[in-house]
Amino acid sequence: MVPASSPLKMADISAFRRRCEDQYQLLPRQALVLVGLGTCGLAAGGDPVAKALREQLATEAEAVATADLEVEVRATGCMGMCEDEVLVDVVRPGMPRITYGHVTPEKARRIVSEHLIGGRPVDQWVLGQITDEDRPYAGNVVFDKQDRIVLANCGFIDPEKVEHYVARGGYAGLERVMSSMSPAQVIEEIKASGLRGRGGAGFPAGLKWEFAHKAPGDKKYIICNADEGDPGAFMDRSLLEGDPHALIEGMVIGAYAIGADEGYIYCRAEYPLAIKRLKIAIEQAKGLGLLGADILGTGFNCELHIKEGAGAFVCGEETALMASIMGERGMPRPRPPFPAQRGLWGRPTNINNVETWVNVPRIIARGAEWFASIGTPNSKGTKVFALTGKVRNTGLAEVPMGITIREIVFEIGGGIQHDRKYKAVQIGGPSGGCIPESLIDTPVDYDSLIAAGAMMGSGGMVVVDEHTCMVDLARYFMSFVQSESCGKCPPCRIGTRLMLECLERICAGEGKMEDLGWLERMGQRIKDYSLCGLGQTAPNPVLTTLQYFGDEYLAHVQDKVCPAGVCPALVSYTIVADACTGCTRCVRACPVNAISGKVKEPHVIDAELCVKCGACFEVCRFDAIVRGAAAAAAAVAGGAAGEGTATSEEVTGE
Amino acid sequence: MTTTAATNMLKLTINDQTVEVAGGATVLEAALAAGIAIPTLCHHPLLEPSGGCRMCLVEVDGARGGLITACSTPAVAGMVVRTNTERVRTARRDVLELLLAEHPLDCLTCERTGSCDLQDYAYEYGADGKTIAGAAYPPAAVRPDMVDGTNHFFVRDLDKCILCGRCVKICAEVMGYGAIDFVSRGAQTKVTTSFDVPIEQSSCVFCGNCITICPTGALQPKQGARQGRSFQYDKVRTVCPYCGVGCSINLHVRDGRVIGSSAAEGPSNRKLLCVKGHFGHDWIQSPERLSTPLIRGEDGELREASWDEALDLVARRLVEIRDQHGPDAIGGLCSAKVTNEENYVFQRFMRAALGTNNVDHCARLCHASTVAGLALSFGSGAMTNSYWEFEDSDAFFIIGSNTTETHPVIAAVVERARQRGATMIVADPREIEFAARADIWLQQAPGSDVALLNGMMHVILAEGLADQEFIAARTEGFSELEAKLAEYPPERAAEISGVPAEDIRRAARAYAAAGSAAILYSMGITQHTTGVDNVRSIANLAMMTGNVGKYAAGVNPLRGQNNVQGSCDMGGLPGNFPGYQLVGNDDHRAKFEAAWEAELSPTPGLTVIELLNAAEAGQVKAVYIMGENPMVSDPDLTHVEEALRSLDFLVVQDIFMTETSALADVVLPSASYAEKDGTFTNSERRIQLFGPAVAAPGQARADWEIICDLAGRVGHEMNYPGGTAEIMDEIARLTPLYGGVSHARLAEHDRRGLQWPCPDAKHPGTPFLHAGKFSRGLGQFAAVEYRPPAEVPDDEYPVVLTTGRILYHFHTGTMTRRSAGLGAHVPEGYIELNARDAADAGVGDGDMVKVTSRRGSITTRARVIEGIAPGVTFMPFHFAEAAANVLTNSALDPTAKIPELKVCAVRLEAAGAGGDA
Repeated sequence: MVPASSPLKMADISAFRRRCEDQYQLLPRQALVLVGLGTCGLAAGGDPVAKALREQLATEAEAVATADLEVEVRATGCMGMCEDEVLVDVVRPGMPRITYGHVTPEKARRIVSEHLIGGRPVDQWVLGQITDEDRPYAGNVVFDKQDRIVLANCGFIDPEKVEHYVARGGYAGLERVMSSMSPAQVIEEIKASGLRGRGGAGFPAGLKWEFAHKAPGDKKYIICNADEGDPGAFMDRSLLEGDPHALIEGMVIGAYAIGADEGYIYCRAEYPLAIKRLKIAIEQAKGLGLLGADILGTGFNCELHIKEGAGAFVCGEETALMASIMGERGMPRPRPPFPAQRGLWGRPTNINNVETWVNVPRIIARGAEWFASIGTPNSKGTKVFALTGKVRNTGLAEVPMGITIREIVFEIGGGIQHDRKYKAVQIGGPSGGCIPESLIDTPVDYDSLIAAGAMMGSGGMVVVDEHTCMVDLARYFMSFVQSESCGKCPPCRIGTRLMLECLERICAGEGKMEDLGWLERMGQRIKDYSLCGLGQTAPNPVLTTLQYFGDEYLAHVQDKVCPAGVCPALVSYTIVADACTGCTRCVRACPVNAISGKVKEPHVIDAELCVKCGACFEVCRFDAIVRGAAAAAAAVAGGAAGEGTATSEEVTGE
Repeated sequence: MTTTAATNMLKLTINDQTVEVAGGATVLEAALAAGIAIPTLCHHPLLEPSGGCRMCLVEVDGARGGLITACSTPAVAGMVVRTNTERVRTARRDVLELLLAEHPLDCLTCERTGSCDLQDYAYEYGADGKTIAGAAYPPAAVRPDMVDGTNHFFVRDLDKCILCGRCVKICAEVMGYGAIDFVSRGAQTKVTTSFDVPIEQSSCVFCGNCITICPTGALQPKQGARQGRSFQYDKVRTVCPYCGVGCSINLHVRDGRVIGSSAAEGPSNRKLLCVKGHFGHDWIQSPERLSTPLIRGEDGELREASWDEALDLVARRLVEIRDQHGPDAIGGLCSAKVTNEENYVFQRFMRAALGTNNVDHCARLCHASTVAGLALSFGSGAMTNSYWEFEDSDAFFIIGSNTTETHPVIAAVVERARQRGATMIVADPREIEFAARADIWLQQAPGSDVALLNGMMHVILAEGLADQEFIAARTEGFSELEAKLAEYPPERAAEISGVPAEDIRRAARAYAAAGSAAILYSMGITQHTTGVDNVRSIANLAMMTGNVGKYAAGVNPLRGQNNVQGSCDMGGLPGNFPGYQLVGNDDHRAKFEAAWEAELSPTPGLTVIELLNAAEAGQVKAVYIMGENPMVSDPDLTHVEEALRSLDFLVVQDIFMTETSALADVVLPSASYAEKDGTFTNSERRIQLFGPAVAAPGQARADWEIICDLAGRVGHEMNYPGGTAEIMDEIARLTPLYGGVSHARLAEHDRRGLQWPCPDAKHPGTPFLHAGKFSRGLGQFAAVEYRPPAEVPDDEYPVVLTTGRILYHFHTGTMTRRSAGLGAHVPEGYIELNARDAADAGVGDGDMVKVTSRRGSITTRARVIEGIAPGVTFMPFHFAEAAANVLTNSALDPTAKIPELKVCAVRLEAAGAGGDA
């Protein structure tokens, strides 16, 4: 630890940074083992791996000494390759940094023995190597397409050590602001950078700051929206866990610019690790005089509080979020007045999300011009995406704005699992939309996505393949927004309920042709009449799937078929007698004993008992089980089996 | 909002019409100003804009998405608004369709049919709830079978709730209770209590303002259910008969009967009410109402009699006694619950017809010390400000007033200001609701107010927070006060009052620092042997900081009964003619002698307690009581009963048989407020006109008619063929305060009424007093010394008893205990005490406890609470069967002659479970 006996003054900071750099820089005999201990790493079993590493080092202490090594085991945040957790990186003097994936405690012990002590990397588990910290895994397409500005420190520093952050340039932005910039100059810098809000709507951040700066009032607030609630989104969590000081620095700079002296970080309570690390970081920053009273001896004060959310999606909406901070039920209110005019406790307030704030110190430290050179004319900088769904490389990817969906999915994401057929990408969470394969070359920037009917959202990107039913997907998102609607305005509360009920009927095979037009009209009404962003965007998943995947809806409504084979009521499983070998795997897999037949003779599924879970389909090695529309499957089964008593009713029933 | 004039005006265009409004106005307000109606379901002028219901969507050129909510969007110069386009109408119809899609369409049986906003809009926009959902898929109700009717006052039917949130907001933003809120999300969202408990287990105080504000049938009063809907009954607007706030209410009249009641939009209450005002009027139709005169026969029993027989008897006996013992052997009590006109007629009857100034009433028991004290300090003994000015006050000092229970609608105005940032300082021996909400709570010992106030003033002076400019320009006598205050450093004040010295300092600073600070006080200040001292200390505090004589800042005694201000104004006082003109002043007396054509006594008469003492001493032989119940309301009831029983002749005129009328020789049935016309003057000096809703029961007559009839029979003609309006004209002629008042003027502007002083017919009335100059010229400081209460605890009676009102009952319970909901909600009295005192007495919460003072003993139920200091107990005085006033001390303030109802010493003993008084 670098001792920080007393709060830093402006004059002390260079010396302090040098001490931090010295500590961060490895000496010739120092070796480093990094373990990814973000939530993703922990969930994959990071703790036992870290324990195994330490134990092995202790066990082999003598060998370590003999090799003239001094080894530090460092917990770090998410590198973005969540798919490959647990990640362990080894930096041995004289060798590049080697990354291992899917590390278990057993593997960890071997890595210590062979690589760290023996100097021989365990090739079979190596994912890649880093020679330049600014361009990790150069040569690897997953990383070559990325531009890590926001995530720069994630996976490198120990997020619980402020010295690491400072060593990698942390608080240089704050230093520059406090030593040489007026609030107006800071705002000008942010405006010039072209930074737009990363929370979803993309409002220019500098302009927003300017409103709050100019709003009359002697007391102002800043807020960080860390209530990341979109299904499949975890960018903010990784940042909070991996680089909490970057947020604090961004917020202090923002507070200085708008004239606030107090701020809140509204973080969902489901992120306990993020909250723990934020608390540590806040204490460290206060101890160093980088936060709190008399920052860097300049007389500027800024207090930050953490407010834990109670699990309501709508609290990501800024007015609901403020209500929640003030102890009220999180319900949105109309704007105007905007938070910049009347926010927390009626005072001018500026709200940005985590990723926006984290961009700020980078922009200040490296200049608006540098930032504006990245991205497209109207969407500057990078965007972090949480890549999930049926893509091979799930995880976080930070890409320059303007990159195409194809590049993200097929290069960074490595394409579709099991080489199945790509269908669409659902982008922007419940507020976003589905972009079909035909638009796969759409550049990812604010305006292009909106033109395609979707939106940037907070950066959730769910890749969908041929086995995903788009009607079911729309139904899922609608059920999400319906159950998360705050209930305040009728279009959102009642309209989404009616839409959900309609989608449920369609998925159950009870849809009618007029439902399709009705869904579209109702969706438009909800968009037009709702109070807040939740309602105004709630119908987007339905509207975009109707627009791009109308044929799937038609199949459900007209033909009573779910082409992806997902909607239980529209699917039937039958056994093709000719292909069935009577191996009984399906019998054992069936949870409801719906399959019968003698060993080595063709089996039969009792459609009455079948719950359409698809377990038999998954386990059959002979493609003997056919999944399809209820009627079609019945015909197949009837034709193949000749008699088909089990399904004849369905045939006649149709 | 109220007085901030000269705000920037701006122009916008609404439906091609140019509209000019003040900056800060919303589009909705701008439209309203232009006479353009915009439908709303969640909006209400008393509430912060919500923007939730989406009914007020209007088109604005250039707005994002085109449609904005008019209720929440500020009007901007040059804005072009369209409120009734096809797009707007479609949007509203769609929203209604959505609401109706899950609303039970049971208008055929719903109480609110005909008075339901949702129904009216559905009709206007042609929405039926079927179109939008598609006829094939009627959605199931989401909140069925969610009817909570467990409380005594209203039914909540959540299936009819459209979640507009008005009830939630009025409960939280205006009343400050937050008993209900939204819970759950999505389709399951509903409005209910914390943890969904029945409403009576929540913090609800049943003000019913949620019912008033509900746009549908989700909230319904129990009273009047299935007896008629809005189009089947008449709504007769009148003034609430309970406390001194003077709220406007509607009585629902069908076939000559009052079947229910509701809030009316009035100048003082703006459609807010409390539980009594909302639900406490069913006694009007009570079969127990007196409907025929009664005379006590030879057998000692009361028997029915004709008016002629009864009035002749009264006239004969009064004349006999006057002739035999002199006019001052007769005394009369007029009433704070009857009209100005009736009080005027009563005192004229006593003075001119009988020749005595022995006329007083129960104001003696509540604000005599205010009338005397403020008259000395300011020259006028009334509330200096108007209630709604408090919205703009920066700080409140509330001392000796349990405002939320005794004046709930004034409390609502104060609460709104508090929520907007006003500082609240509360001084009260108990942790009353406002003490719990206050920024600073001073828990002073009962009877220590002068010391506390002197301590605060000491701090203000010592810290240079006094308004020296105001003191120099507007007051006199400050140096004497200054010298006295030197003796009261906060440490000494703390020693006497029990309030920590630091809290005294904080309170002093907070009060003195405010731009406009309002003092509110009530009986906790006045009902002491030091009542006048207390009042003068309050006046000192206000003058010293310049917090009087201006908008939103002043000294505000909250009056306890609906016409206690008026009955004092009308000369229902032994030393005063109407308008506080003095019986001892020759000019004043000459004016009244000329007008009444009678010789008048120049000697001030006896006050209430003096009258009773004189009766017991045999000096007063006959007493005429109009609408008062001293057998419950006065201190030391044993003594009161002895006094009344020792009279030769007692006449009681009332609406019910009371504990007092039961002792009378003649009982005369009178009409209640619902059955007559006239005016009441409320606590903010507002004179309000009201008319009859129904006919009086049986032969009951208005009090003024009875008195006038009787006057003729004793030889003093008082004929008013023009009725009460003519009486008011006479009042106006003789009373400068009311000089410009007439029934015709009071009826103007939707019965806005007039606030006195209103000296002539052109005068608009006076919202706040002492602007620029005190009524007496210069404000008079008084150097006040602390004196302990008359009775302090000792070994024999070790505990202090203080008394007061509770929210659910009024005064002696004559009306409220006969109201079904109120009577059932709080059926019996109790004593509040600290756990330590309960343990000392050997009683637990809910046990019966025997309470004994030097004057008597009663048994009541113990309520062991935390918010009361050890050694202090509290009893409400409404309950005759265990009357607190058996115990209280009738020791008097030397000037105001008000008894010390707020402090006496008692002893507590366990009485065994279920014991009875």
